Amino acid sequence: MSTIKGVEKMSQPNPVNSLASVAASRPQHVDSKHVAGTGLEARNIHAWFGDKHVIDDVTLDFYPGTVTALIGPSGCGKSTFIRILNRMHEFIPTAAMAGEVLLEGTDIYKSGTDVTKIRLGIGMVFQKPNPFPSMTIKENVLSGLKLAQLKVANQSELLESCLIRAGLWNEVKDRLDEYGGALSGGQQQRLCIARSLAVSPQVLLMDEPCSALDPGSTLRIEETIRELSASMTIVIVTHNMQQAARVSDRTGFFLSDGGPGRLIECSTTSEIFSNPKDKRTEDYVTGRFG
Amino acid sequence: MNTAARTLPPKRVITTKPRFSDKVFRAVVTSGGFSSLVILGLISIFLLINGLNTFKSEGFKFITGFEWYGPQLDAGLPAQYGIGAMLYGTIVIGLIALFFGFPIAVGAALFLSYYAPEWLKKPMVLVVDVMAAIPSIVFGLWGYFILMPHAEYWAKLIHKYLGFIPIFDMPAPAFSRSPFIAGLVLAIMILPIITSISREIFAQTPLDRIQAAYALGATKWSMIKSVVFPYGRGGVIGGAMLGLGRAIGETVAVYTVLNIVYDINIEVLLSAGGSVASMIVNKFGEASPEEVKALMAAGFVLFLVTLFINFLADLIINRTARKG
Repeated sequence: MSTIKGVEKMSQPNPVNSLASVAASRPQHVDSKHVAGTGLEARNIHAWFGDKHVIDDVTLDFYPGTVTALIGPSGCGKSTFIRILNRMHEFIPTAAMAGEVLLEGTDIYKSGTDVTKIRLGIGMVFQKPNPFPSMTIKENVLSGLKLAQLKVANQSELLESCLIRAGLWNEVKDRLDEYGGALSGGQQQRLCIARSLAVSPQVLLMDEPCSALDPGSTLRIEETIRELSASMTIVIVTHNMQQAARVSDRTGFFLSDGGPGRLIECSTTSEIFSNPKDKRTEDYVTGRFG
Repeated sequence: MNTAARTLPPKRVITTKPRFSDKVFRAVVTSGGFSSLVILGLISIFLLINGLNTFKSEGFKFITGFEWYGPQLDAGLPAQYGIGAMLYGTIVIGLIALFFGFPIAVGAALFLSYYAPEWLKKPMVLVVDVMAAIPSIVFGLWGYFILMPHAEYWAKLIHKYLGFIPIFDMPAPAFSRSPFIAGLVLAIMILPIITSISREIFAQTPLDRIQAAYALGATKWSMIKSVVFPYGRGGVIGGAMLGLGRAIGETVAVYTVLNIVYDINIEVLLSAGGSVASMIVNKFGEASPEEVKALMAAGFVLFLVTLFINFLADLIINRTARKG
């Protein structure tokens, strides 16, 4: 039996192992113990749309300086969950939630909180690149200052540093006064990342940021994510397990059994792809379903 | 080259044989579509033919002249037909209507799109639409009996505190039936069209841009300024133009609340104004056959002006819709 299994492995690369090797090939994340009151902490999160219970009791910590990927099949609640993390959930009229989200120890749903300040601290990049079409590249990057009525002493310095950090500076430095819509899809998405960086958030949420992009642009954005992770907490929802393996330090697996979505397990990315604790995680990352 | 010698096959003519039911339906729809064009064409030709003599005899003076009277046989004077003052008055009350109506309509549209609670939205949209269905004579009567006494008081206040501005000056204390009051009545009448067009445009604002703004820490107002207004600007301006078109063509309501005087007065609070459409109503009853033709010429000019404004509105709406 064991010899046959070994032969199979040689002739046909096992997806678990290939993803595990992708995850392992990166500089290993040192999984230090989470320090309470740092980064972003979700505590016993539930979510509803009307009467429909869509997220059931998710508790998850996002460590500072770390990229956490949320994976799982469609409809498992991971996008809803990430939208709860910066209070975008409440824009849907019937949406409700329970639990706490702590940004550096403070509950962002505490009554009397100024939600616009929360979203300044927790930025978001969306699935579809959405630069403001009526603004130039420069205006797009600096739009957050105008929208949140912030004042910055040196705007051109901020503009340059945001575009450099988003990996877009060299491509656009000579055309800052062109409209954002003139860029390619991948460039537009990096422009959106630069725009989020301009209000200097501690946390950046990314909801499938590459699913509308070609592979080249995807890789470029993944590099950007890696570079940004040194200085901030990043949460990325992705359908693409290779992407989770390439880009994240920790991975959380969400699953719904037809009812509300639950967090099945969350651990270091190499652990999730090489040695998952839960059978369902293993089935998912090996491509047996989903 | 080889390609030069190559003969390409002739292009085929691609046809399809429509079924009988298709043909019938096509005929019905086509005639419906063309009928509005034909009616519009016939009306303008009718007005043009009847007005042609007046255009010929008055020349350019028809547009620029201030005088309007039939032939004065005892004085031996020929008829004078000029709608200059009326055209001026029409534009003045149209602009006054926009000045008051436009901000209220856009505010109402914003409220309905972004601020109103769900339970209030539907009934309020309905109310706004019903406003458009109120007959204009009702607005005229309401304007005359209810609004005018108040508006006179407002006009006195404006004159008292802003009278140093020439347009608010008053040569005589006659505050009733002024362009200001006619403009106020028209402002209410053009509310529904501007509100509903603005609301529809605002509702189309792409959700991803709205969310992008909120995710950057926008307040509701800064989101509206940076996302909703740039997106909807063209549509809102187009709606305002359609409202202006309605204001300019409005007849009965203006006739009820405006004192028509054949002269240009820049004082908008004074009881002396003009409006082409109301002048036609005013004169039509007792006009000689010749004067009726002059009135038709005036109608033709009014028709061209409203056509031009509506055309402009369409142009603005379409141009920005494509950019959207």
